[in-house]
Amino acid sequence: MGAIDKKKLLDILQDDCRISHEQIALMLGQDVETVKSAIKEMEDERIILKYPALINPEKLGDDTVTAMIDVKVVPQRDVGFDQVAERIYRYPEVRSVFLMSGGYDLSVVIEGRTMKEVALFVAQKLAVLEHVQSTATHFVLKRYKKDGVIYDEKEEDYRLQVSP
Amino acid sequence: MMKKPMEEYLNPTIVNLPPSGIRRFFDLVANTKGVISLGVGEPDFITPWHIREACFYALERGYTMYTSNFGTPELRKEIAKYAAKRYHVEYEPLSEILITVGASEAVDLAMRAMLRPGEEVLVPEPSYVSYAPTVTMAGGVPVGVPTYVKDDFQLTVEALEQKVTGNTKMLVLCYPNNPTGAIMTRPELEAIAQFAEKHDLLVLADEIYAELTYEGSHVSFPSIAGMKDRTILINGFSKSHAMTGWRVGYVCGNKEFVAQMTKIHQYTMLCAPIMGQMAALEALRNGEAEKERMVDQYDQRRRFVVGRFNEMGLTCFNPRGAFYAFPSISVTGLSSDAFCEKLLAEEKVAVVPGTAFGQSGEGFIRVSYASSLANLTAAMDKMEAFVKRCQKRQAS
Repeated sequence: MGAIDKKKLLDILQDDCRISHEQIALMLGQDVETVKSAIKEMEDERIILKYPALINPEKLGDDTVTAMIDVKVVPQRDVGFDQVAERIYRYPEVRSVFLMSGGYDLSVVIEGRTMKEVALFVAQKLAVLEHVQSTATHFVLKRYKKDGVIYDEKEEDYRLQVSP
Repeated sequence: MMKKPMEEYLNPTIVNLPPSGIRRFFDLVANTKGVISLGVGEPDFITPWHIREACFYALERGYTMYTSNFGTPELRKEIAKYAAKRYHVEYEPLSEILITVGASEAVDLAMRAMLRPGEEVLVPEPSYVSYAPTVTMAGGVPVGVPTYVKDDFQLTVEALEQKVTGNTKMLVLCYPNNPTGAIMTRPELEAIAQFAEKHDLLVLADEIYAELTYEGSHVSFPSIAGMKDRTILINGFSKSHAMTGWRVGYVCGNKEFVAQMTKIHQYTMLCAPIMGQMAALEALRNGEAEKERMVDQYDQRRRFVVGRFNEMGLTCFNPRGAFYAFPSISVTGLSSDAFCEKLLAEEKVAVVPGTAFGQSGEGFIRVSYASSLANLTAAMDKMEAFVKRCQKRQAS
């Protein structure tokens, strides 16, 4: 049977975390207990953080505005960018924060009800933070693909129903 | 006004060919709505994007013409490299490789170029539906060689020895096998090689499913010592790179053989479509990662499906290649045909009767796991319910 392939296990969960442990066990050629304990272990180690659903907000008629903000930061002795990043990611409006290479330092994804709300958040909360040099706000106009899933593509099977 | 009944204008060899065993079942499925079909003999993946994109680029640059009869030199060179690297068999790209319209054309070319009237060809059973008819159309005589679940559907020398005659010309080797998923390992192939040597047979090795080998690694028949000259190796891109509709395959062999096959190809097909050849080139050059991703997916589905069959009482030997499971349906007390028809009518799940691939497929069904996990899960649940009902009916 061999040790469980954690990468494959995670790939399966990332594609569909609702698949039963029994089914995963069959797919990986492992017994159910091994699968359960591997998942539990990765949850405990916070390798697996959460099991969210991927949603198409446009279909939902949700008008939430998303923006990506390029933030330039002056790094600080000993902590680099981490402290400023934390000051930013603590805000619930902030959905993601990444440290980037290239022309700016932090990429911040913000959600708000209106463009104005987002713009004000940037002006009043982000831009004024100590060590933040500048911000540039880009609003998302349309989503095509996220996490490997194409929003507007229905999976159609064009194959003949029976073939040799 | 025609002077004779229409049939008398036709070639009796063709008239007498049995229609594909799948045909009748196909019509049945086509007339049922909302079917989950596990009866499909092709990948459910769409050709990887980089391959499709390479084809667009070729079209943009104006590649819309004939190629050499043999196929483009670039593709043949790439195939030679691939065969050497992956399967340790060396072919001279410009004289020993011919690009064909799918592996199917290659099978036909081999039969027509090699067979003299009345010569016999040993065809393992169950197997893909085209071998026996192409032998017949070429004027040869197909001789079925049964394989059995007790041998994991591997071809044995004992079975071959029972069927070989002084008139046998060729042996077909089709592993990994459609419909059983059986593979042949090196020692077993070495025994077959001795048999071929002993009877001085040609071997047509259709290795179209080679890349879809999940346990152990594929051994290409011509890589076995002494076999290269007597082997006609057939492969293609349909299964490995999800490229069925592109119709690109190839045949490798001794240049004397390839030269004669090329003549037939030249007068009938002229060349394989250039777009398909350009796409195939991209597949060979840059398709490894996507191929591995697909193989991984098939492998997980394979374990799942085989596991479920064994749990529900349809004993399923472990298929180590292709994308088919071939479980026994004996617990239901039904024939293959009856099982498939009832399953379709009662649960709207389509699978193919084992008998579509030869009489030795009786008592088995072919289930393609080239289908999404969601489909497979739903189909397995339905089949389980169906099997339970069959057993109840039998008991009462």
